[in-house]
Amino acid sequence: MQDTLKKILIIGSGGIKIAEAAEFDYSGSQALKALREEGIESVIVNPNIATIQTSKNMADRIYLLPVTGEFIEKVIEKERPDGIMVGFGGQSALNAGVDLYKKGVLERYNVRILGTDIKKVEIALSRERFKNRMKELGITVPPSISASSQEEAVRGAKTLRYPIMIRASFSLGGRGSVIARNEKELVEGLDKAFAQSGTGEILLEEHLRGWKEIEYEVVRDRLGNCAVTACIENLDPMGIHTGESMVVTPPQTLNDNDYQNMRSVAIRVAEDMKLVGECNVQFALNPSNGEFCVIETNPRMSRSSALASKATGYPLAYVSAKLALGYSLYEIKNTVSGSTTACFEPSLDYVTIKAARWDMEKFDGISRSLGTEMKSTGEIMSVGRGLEEAMQKAVRMLDIGEPGLVGGKIYGSIDLDTTDVLSALEEKMPYWFLYAARAMRDGIGTEELHEITHVDRFFLKKIEKVVRFYESNKGKKLEGEDADMARRLGFSESQLSIESAMPKIKRIDTVAGEWPADTNYLYSTFNGSTSDSAPDKRGGVLVVGAGGFRIGTSLEFDWSTVSLVRGFGGMRRSAVLNCNPETVSTDWDEIGELYFDEITEDTVAKIYSYGKFDNVALFTAGQAGNNIATGLERRGVKIYGSSANAIDTAEDREKFSRLAESIGIRQPDWIVAVSAAEAEKFADSVGFPVIIRPSYVLSGSAMKRVNNKEELHMYIRSAAEVSKKHPVVISKYLDNSIEAELDCAADSKNVIGIGMTHIEEAGVHSGDATIVTPCTISAYGIMKEVALRLTNEMAIRGPFNIQFVVNGNDVYVIELNLRASRSMPYSSKAVGINLIEHAITGIDGAFDFNGFHEPEHGAYLVKSPQFSWSQLRGAYPHLGPEMRSTGEVAAFGKTIDDALIKSWLGATPNMVPKSKVLVYGVSNVHNLEVAARTLGSENTLTLSGAAIDDAATISADEAVRMMRRREIGLVATDGDVRGIDYTVRRAAADLNTPLVLNGKLAERLAGAMSAEEITCMEMSEYS
Amino acid sequence: MAERKAWLYLEDGTVMEGRGFGGTSRRGGEVVFTTAMNGYPESLTDPSYLGQILIITHPLVGNYGVPSPKFLNGRLLNFEAEMISVEGLIVSELTEGSNYEERKSLESWFMESNVPGLSGIDTRELVKKIRDNGVMRGIISQEKLYQPLAEFASQEPLCLVKKASVSQPIEYAGSRRGNIVIVDLGAKQGIVNCLADTGYTIVKVPYDSDENRIMNYDPVGIVYSNGPGNPNELKRQAEELSKLLERNIPTLGICLGHQVAVLALGGEVEKMKYGHRAINKAVLERGSGRSYITTHNHGYAASGKGIDKSDVWFVSPDDGIIEGLRRGNLMTTQFHPEARPGPRDTEFVFGLFEKMIENARHP
Repeated sequence: MQDTLKKILIIGSGGIKIAEAAEFDYSGSQALKALREEGIESVIVNPNIATIQTSKNMADRIYLLPVTGEFIEKVIEKERPDGIMVGFGGQSALNAGVDLYKKGVLERYNVRILGTDIKKVEIALSRERFKNRMKELGITVPPSISASSQEEAVRGAKTLRYPIMIRASFSLGGRGSVIARNEKELVEGLDKAFAQSGTGEILLEEHLRGWKEIEYEVVRDRLGNCAVTACIENLDPMGIHTGESMVVTPPQTLNDNDYQNMRSVAIRVAEDMKLVGECNVQFALNPSNGEFCVIETNPRMSRSSALASKATGYPLAYVSAKLALGYSLYEIKNTVSGSTTACFEPSLDYVTIKAARWDMEKFDGISRSLGTEMKSTGEIMSVGRGLEEAMQKAVRMLDIGEPGLVGGKIYGSIDLDTTDVLSALEEKMPYWFLYAARAMRDGIGTEELHEITHVDRFFLKKIEKVVRFYESNKGKKLEGEDADMARRLGFSESQLSIESAMPKIKRIDTVAGEWPADTNYLYSTFNGSTSDSAPDKRGGVLVVGAGGFRIGTSLEFDWSTVSLVRGFGGMRRSAVLNCNPETVSTDWDEIGELYFDEITEDTVAKIYSYGKFDNVALFTAGQAGNNIATGLERRGVKIYGSSANAIDTAEDREKFSRLAESIGIRQPDWIVAVSAAEAEKFADSVGFPVIIRPSYVLSGSAMKRVNNKEELHMYIRSAAEVSKKHPVVISKYLDNSIEAELDCAADSKNVIGIGMTHIEEAGVHSGDATIVTPCTISAYGIMKEVALRLTNEMAIRGPFNIQFVVNGNDVYVIELNLRASRSMPYSSKAVGINLIEHAITGIDGAFDFNGFHEPEHGAYLVKSPQFSWSQLRGAYPHLGPEMRSTGEVAAFGKTIDDALIKSWLGATPNMVPKSKVLVYGVSNVHNLEVAARTLGSENTLTLSGAAIDDAATISADEAVRMMRRREIGLVATDGDVRGIDYTVRRAAADLNTPLVLNGKLAERLAGAMSAEEITCMEMSEYS
Repeated sequence: MAERKAWLYLEDGTVMEGRGFGGTSRRGGEVVFTTAMNGYPESLTDPSYLGQILIITHPLVGNYGVPSPKFLNGRLLNFEAEMISVEGLIVSELTEGSNYEERKSLESWFMESNVPGLSGIDTRELVKKIRDNGVMRGIISQEKLYQPLAEFASQEPLCLVKKASVSQPIEYAGSRRGNIVIVDLGAKQGIVNCLADTGYTIVKVPYDSDENRIMNYDPVGIVYSNGPGNPNELKRQAEELSKLLERNIPTLGICLGHQVAVLALGGEVEKMKYGHRAINKAVLERGSGRSYITTHNHGYAASGKGIDKSDVWFVSPDDGIIEGLRRGNLMTTQFHPEARPGPRDTEFVFGLFEKMIENARHP
């Protein structure tokens, strides 16, 4: 180790966006752990409030600040670290690191870059320089040209064969990349590619249609010792972003020669950049002859490296951090086996499948076809000893209402015929495996499906086996060997009628059983005859995680899961059940007993029984946890925290309304309407606007604000069938109201809580709102009273969240969530406590205070949403009662403005505008006008059709042109006027122009942009 | 194909039921496992596995079928021998392949070769048993055995090296003057191919060749190959090697060949509890700080007893086993620099050997 290092700065990845999610919390946390072991002081810069890495006991110094050169420089100036690690915060951190290096900041403050030399990293990140370097080494790359202008690109493309893949440099999640089949599509794609490229450089590359995509994870120490710790085979062919693909580890269809050929080249790539740490090398392999090309390398922790760590048990981030500190591979212990070193390549005696989850139904206008840009919001990983088993488990883990590969909605839909199914496959719709299974049911052969999907026949045959088995056994009651076979093929007891049986629990140990391992990193399988070991303890709590991320359920629940386990400390046995490979809660090094498995009622019950646990904690699992509470209690599972009955009361609108009424708590008027006429009658009686949503969908989905009769009719016609079977819930929308929230923990009588206020008006989903704490509402006392009454009435124990609409002194409850909430890491950190730890006290016993207690706030903390509009090609950016943001960031401040501006800047691509500002809209117009005046009328333009006063009007076309020329640095608008400005908002998203989508926020921000003091202090300095 | 049941019997009394595939004969051998996740055509033909029943720990085996043999100048390129070497194969799941090079399925290969296989076994459970109790003998049988222990008693110890070795010398002509003689203890084809890349003529001579027979070829280099069985039965080979070493001809020992060299240098080779059979293992080069990921297939090892420490070239960071020696013009590796299957990170050993030959010829 380099003993001169005393303090090291680690850069995080900021808010969760599509293609940058919890994997970087996991990577960063592992790196912090490695530093702590060495006694090195750590400093982290990351505005992502929900992360574990910004929680207590991880880093010594925490800065909730934007991941930009400007802010990081201030931290460096203050902290004077000896070294910096830029490889643990995704592309965002790496780009910031390159920026700091280029500006000479690191040199100026004498900060050493740990790990791979940044000059080498730059080559790897520049597509052109990387390709040229590969050619010099005699390594094959796809034919390509690079270009830095539209003209150059179009000219260069003439030397290539279509289809052509457009790729941007230094970009994230394939952003800006697209496959063009002809020159017209090429020209269309170039704009966005140039906008997303960090360097203004793009690459055009011949698309290797039908080739396989294979990835290798390489670690290398400063002495040059290498190990290839994982190989990932994509089931989807080249052209589908690896974040979207179903992937399998270890690779299944490669012979040793092809495997080793690519492995050797992967090492040469790492060797050439003198890698110190970890990199991922991606290959395209021609499945008809073994010919291959190198596509790219990522010299940093990535989503793939997090997946590879979980799939193999090899902790890449931890090892990588140690390597950056100067250790050699064989000096690092294998933390799973405990007896061998990190210098080896894991051997797996199981298979893992990763599958992605999409939330595209939340976005109007989006193109659903999958391609080279990542659109998925989450992923899960399944583990099994058979591929069919792993694939079927994976489908259930996605939690999309499908029971497995077969037997679900797509498989059985009468609305789909074979032609629809085949075109879904041709158009690369999400979840191809479900369509493939359906096509097989309809008699389409694997050969034809291979021609359409380019998925290796090996995998298609596996799906076919499942289809055949299902078709010959559905409707039967399976027992004995048939039931056994069904279970081996991964069928669940709800998919086929199979007699119930317990699975075997096996250990992931990195060495395929060759050495004994103590680590309880476990999975269940029906392809085995014995469990590795019976649990040596009984009792304790099985903590259920939230599974794959989706909009609305994300990192915050990982924070809750980990907080709960840490809260128990060594005092009580606890285990985690989760299936999200990105997270800290699935880090076996963090979690002493980890079940990497399905979060279904059946599996939870079985693992509860296998592990002889006392209780199951579901409040950490988000909405999915609450959904299985009643079923589990019925099966005799004891719930940790509030009872299933209380959960049911909170979830059931009617029950909750009755209860609220009985204790004098007000709610906005609402009804369940079973006909269009009934809906209209209600709207008439309470007055428009109303909020409407189908009652059978989980909260937040397909929810709309409806302003008048016409819109109501439109909604009923288009969005939802309204009938007794499919009723809609309509509630009064309280105009000009503020939304406020309480995050609490209770002991059945007393409450500890933190209040929050939204900047946007009620009607904007709380997940998309900008939130301020402490609560600024005058009727705050009523909110606290409501919390106490509900607690006493429902005997609430543990964490909960209440959402309010406040109009003057009128306080209405919209929702009670009897679980951890999205905002809990935020509210907890605002006052320097952890609500989950208090929840434990509340559940196990009683607080040492009476009534409502709110810890003291030392400063303001503002939370801003992080959207992924640019990734969601075609989607219309707007706010409403449905959540659309993918993550959040926060910042402390001495004033609200101080906190707000830093928080807003923490979300990408937000920047203080240096050019003109476009302000327009038809709602919250007054706020928009104030915003425009504050920013200076001379800087402001407005849009014809939705113009505000006192600003020069331009057309949508002109606005788009100006954005393309970078002459507009901010677009501030409100509401939904897509008839006028679809192209404007889309262009802003595609060109990375900051978007403010609410007038009230625009007004506050405009003021904050000229804030007198912007503080850059460490978290504890604000208390 | 109709499913048929088959059984594995271990000498500790364990019986496991699975599905039989391939040949139907009853075969016995030492039950060992490899943790290599691919490369089964290479592993299954590796002559070091003679007399052994192999468990593959990766649960799916057969995924890319079995290719047709490919030859270059009479040398087989894509298998380690022309025949399946193992006595039997045990897997969790036997699969059907899908690969551009596939010519037959793993199942038909075993059928044609009349080698029995057993699938549907919890291989992890079996591996743990071997890990805890040490390697055992086992029998794969298509019918239930009522007195399996009697079967073990009737198994005769074979001279496995004799079975693995050529009975007559075989020559692969090279483009360069000079012969490299391989003393064939069961040489993998990969070793022949890597040596052939040097351009010298390669001569494989039988395992019992003495000094004179070897010297008849006026070798520029001598190689003691890998092979099956117990090195301590190869005292004669060790003696011949001692004599040869006095001539200071560049000599390379691989795997069993390394163990013979250890014996020739006065060291000891002992049986391991369950051996090293994998393609993921590191070896550390003494003095340089370099480590390499290598292929291993051995049930015996030198722990260092009787070995001059300054001769040690490589060691295992996991259990301290001697992984290679260097002394004068002798170099040996316990691991397989030719890999097949496995990482090619130590192919440079053949380059060093070639250089050693050149230095010896043109000092």
